[in-house]
Amino acid sequence: MAERSEEVKLLGMWASPFSRRVEIALTLKGLPYEFSEQDIANKSPLLLQSNPVHKMIPVLLHNGKPISESLVILEYIDETWQNNPILPQDPYDRAIARFWARFVDEQIYVTAMKVVGKVGEEKDAAVEATRDLLKLMEKELVGKDFLGGESLGFVDIVATLVAFWLMRTEEVVGVKVVPVEMFPEIHRWVKNLLDVDVIKKCIPPEDEHLNYIRARMDSLKLKSV
Amino acid sequence: MADEVILLDYWPSMFGMRTRVALEEKNIKFDYREQDLFNKSPILLEMNPVHKKIPVLIHNGKPVCESLIQVEYIDETWPGGNPFLPSDPYQRAQAKFWGDFIDKKVYGPTRLIWGAKGEEQEAGTKEFIEMLKMLESELGDKTYFGGETFGYVDIAMIGFYCWFDVLEKCGNFSIEAECPKLIAWAKRCMKRERVAKSLPDSNKITKFVPELKKKIGIE
Repeated sequence: MAERSEEVKLLGMWASPFSRRVEIALTLKGLPYEFSEQDIANKSPLLLQSNPVHKMIPVLLHNGKPISESLVILEYIDETWQNNPILPQDPYDRAIARFWARFVDEQIYVTAMKVVGKVGEEKDAAVEATRDLLKLMEKELVGKDFLGGESLGFVDIVATLVAFWLMRTEEVVGVKVVPVEMFPEIHRWVKNLLDVDVIKKCIPPEDEHLNYIRARMDSLKLKSV
Repeated sequence: MADEVILLDYWPSMFGMRTRVALEEKNIKFDYREQDLFNKSPILLEMNPVHKKIPVLIHNGKPVCESLIQVEYIDETWPGGNPFLPSDPYQRAQAKFWGDFIDKKVYGPTRLIWGAKGEEQEAGTKEFIEMLKMLESELGDKTYFGGETFGYVDIAMIGFYCWFDVLEKCGNFSIEAECPKLIAWAKRCMKRERVAKSLPDSNKITKFVPELKKKIGIE
């Protein structure tokens, strides 16, 4: 039931984990939205106008007003539409959720990018470093179905980056960064995620995604030659 | 029930300063424990095993890490008095955006200004000024970043002020010349007693930086 005309538009990219996490949140809340695929190599006037500071996706436009930075957007969505809460209620639990979300974005993501971007010894070191970080995530999952506890929460949505991007690059990168023997809890968690309709609906289709990752890696290799 | 609040901190840290200011502004009694970052204490390693960094806020034995997360936690746990974040979700999002901006874009260049030389230092200085100008543009003619009340973004940024003097000396530039409104804002914040008592004097930082450089092995 709409009391006023709600216009929700997402400037995003189909293969971006940061964009997809916003789609997961919007879908979880049952919010209709318009998705506008952005070309980062050729930024649209709307993108530049909506996020003049970073000029990056995702940008959420709610009744024309822009919000940038995916973690900020997730919290905005959670505060504006209160059904199916994403963050816990208790201030301490919220602080912990925020901590792990940042850990995924600032530590895991940054380190994992080096696995894709480097070769030889540097690549091996990046794999090691990524695994060390993932071991912390592994510990967090012991005895839990999701990082958020019994059901999908803020950290799970953010950590889809690990489940459906980092783990998908394994095929393309040729290194099992997250082997099941070392990370049984993470693998169990990924299965749990795939059982959630919203997740299945909102992650990029696997084949297309793998092709895209392969193409990007090839272009990265060409650049470093 | 008496709250036990401990802050593990390092006096020159602009991040630690945020949490100090937040606690003072809410009038919360806390046990400030200075940390030696070159010889990390068992409590620091136990309370922040992931990053082993300050500041760490320990509330009734439970640790909260990351300065802006601490500021928000303080605001949510002790809601009385002046809220740091507005109640409107859109304005809250804007405040969090700028807090994130300060972390991602303003801090990095400062390390190049005091820690690097030549081209690297120049690039850091240029970048820093550019980022400050963006902040100043966001501030506009408002009293504080949030408007009339001192809040989240002010808390996120004010700790940098005591570093301005040493940054200007190292980078050979004047922040006041580049961003007069930002300096005026900082001086307004420093007039708040609880802010002033939380922050070290500029000249203490200016004396400290050459010592720090020696300690970490930079000339």
